[in-house]
Amino acid sequence: MGLDFLNCLAFGRVANVANQPNQGGEQWATRIGVILAVAGSAVGLGNFLRFPGQAAQNGGGAFLLPYFISLLVLGIPLCWAEWTMGRYGGLKGFNSAPGIYSILWPHRAAKYFGVFALLIPLIIYMYYVLIESWCLGYALAYLTGDLMKGSDATAYSAFFGDYVGASKNGILLDSNHRWQLTILAATFVFNFVLIYRGVSKGIEMFCRVAMPVMVVLAMIVLVRVLTLGTPDPAKPEQSVLGGLGFMWNPNFEKLTSPQTWLAASGQIFFSLSVGFGIIINYASYLKREDDVVLSGLTSSSLNEFFEVCLGGLITLPAAFIFLGSAAGEQGTFGLGFVSLPNVFAMMPGGRLFGFLWFFMLFIAAITSSVSMLQPVIAFLEEGFDLKRHVSAALLGLLSAMGCGFVLYFSKGSVALDMFDFWVGSVMIFLLALVQSVVYGWIFGIERGEREAHIGAHIRIPRFVQYMLKYVVPVYLLVIFGGFFWNDVLSHNELQATLDPRFAAHLDQEHPSEELLAALAEKQIDLSPEATLESLARNGEWIAVQVVEGREIRLATFRNTKDGLGVYPHKAGYVEKILQNPVALASVMFIGLITVFLMLLVRIAGRRWESQGRLRYAGS
Amino acid sequence: MNPQGWTVMLVSVSLVLALAGYCLYRVLRLPPVEMKDIKGPLEINTGDIADKD
Repeated sequence: MGLDFLNCLAFGRVANVANQPNQGGEQWATRIGVILAVAGSAVGLGNFLRFPGQAAQNGGGAFLLPYFISLLVLGIPLCWAEWTMGRYGGLKGFNSAPGIYSILWPHRAAKYFGVFALLIPLIIYMYYVLIESWCLGYALAYLTGDLMKGSDATAYSAFFGDYVGASKNGILLDSNHRWQLTILAATFVFNFVLIYRGVSKGIEMFCRVAMPVMVVLAMIVLVRVLTLGTPDPAKPEQSVLGGLGFMWNPNFEKLTSPQTWLAASGQIFFSLSVGFGIIINYASYLKREDDVVLSGLTSSSLNEFFEVCLGGLITLPAAFIFLGSAAGEQGTFGLGFVSLPNVFAMMPGGRLFGFLWFFMLFIAAITSSVSMLQPVIAFLEEGFDLKRHVSAALLGLLSAMGCGFVLYFSKGSVALDMFDFWVGSVMIFLLALVQSVVYGWIFGIERGEREAHIGAHIRIPRFVQYMLKYVVPVYLLVIFGGFFWNDVLSHNELQATLDPRFAAHLDQEHPSEELLAALAEKQIDLSPEATLESLARNGEWIAVQVVEGREIRLATFRNTKDGLGVYPHKAGYVEKILQNPVALASVMFIGLITVFLMLLVRIAGRRWESQGRLRYAGS
Repeated sequence: MNPQGWTVMLVSVSLVLALAGYCLYRVLRLPPVEMKDIKGPLEINTGDIADKD
């Protein structure tokens, strides 16, 4: 009581009381504003770079079948659940996940699950703002002409490597990279200016302008790509139609592969921003009579528009027209920051279109990154009654530390990759699973359906509630199991079989030129410096290489009845942690932030309990 | 681009456009939320009716 009174005197505000609508706090100003803000949070680099790559590698047009099934079974139902729970929590006086979870599940442990919903956006922000600054840097490089390097593909790879400091840890802090640091600082500050202005005057106002601007910019680039014709008459297959075919021609055989279904579910899941802790926070600023069903569906469909209609028609077709089928083999960063600049340099008017494209990506990234700050700001303010400038300063310090960590350990983007995998992938699965269980089994689908339809302008079909209770958790577990097996654990999978006579080549210290040539024919790269070792088990050899004092396994060779089997080694993320000190430090950093947030949640929880804002079942 | 590719592309893009268009149409047709909160003069209870004399 005394503490509350002092807080009121000091900060001029009164704490919300449980079961009292959050009418005194921040709220969205308009219906379309919140929809655009949620859609803006979902639309990011993944829509334009990850989706086309995933589709090309998993059956082209055939990928769209599991993709749309996942959208209907997993994506949209989870979105509705998050919108519903968020608004419910907001009406009970909470905007942050620890508070909202405690309302949905009146148990002392509930608030600790909310740590995931703070940790995920915070950690993702730490590296996402860096990628965001790359987009701005690339856009500006088009204005200055620095990125018009002709058709030499290696020039773009070198530019990107230098820009992100891929060669050496700490290199981005030297005097040659002041430009990159300035752009990063400007991007960082811009995010905090938006967040400081608040939900309505900052995020909503920006998204209401940014989303239409993104559509216009993307449409301009789309028209440019679709009117390219056949730029090189010597390569008639590399045309607009060829590019569209590369992206959309279906390979239905891929539908029999579990990997295709896994990739499609994963893409939907990451694309819609479910399980990030963002939607639940954004929805908490809604009023009781505000619709969540139509709004949730609209924001999801807008995200799909950017992904399928713009991302699917621009990125890969453009890359194919100039680079051929090699365009589909690139990862997200390779496609976005190496291949596409190469494409724009060869395209008529490429300097202008390159600028428009990267500026559009920058805006898309800003609408996402700003949404990552809001859940933590909301927690600091309602957990400790902090004023906006104090909470923004604390969050700025915390996120700058993480961003600095990723910036410093830039070699091979190891820190960024670790943050992205363990938080941007694994924890998102876990949080989505927690949310689906909380909604389906604790909050209850009957109450969920009732709450969702308050103020709703369309109805959710009844079977969706049963899907949320029974199908979604199982679906998530299956995807998570497949994902864990694929990426967390290491594998040696048969990729090719060589003539048995090559077994004799394996008894040498290093691979012979003949063996290397045979492997290259099968599209397996093995370093000539690799060391070959015969294992105690008869008829089995391994190729290893020592990198920075650590022995890394490259491949296993095994005598089989069909010949000499070659099993390239794919290191899982657990092995990566054990092998690389930077990877280990990154995981420890995540652990440290987790413990810090848990501590904050514990303190905030005690304050809420003492204020009577939280009441637990049976207490 | 083969006929199957055309079919998949047109169906996918059309489905998404139709869904997004329908949702936006429904949202933009609704009256602004703010209008519900605006009270006309007759709705405002000033509390002085009982003491008019």
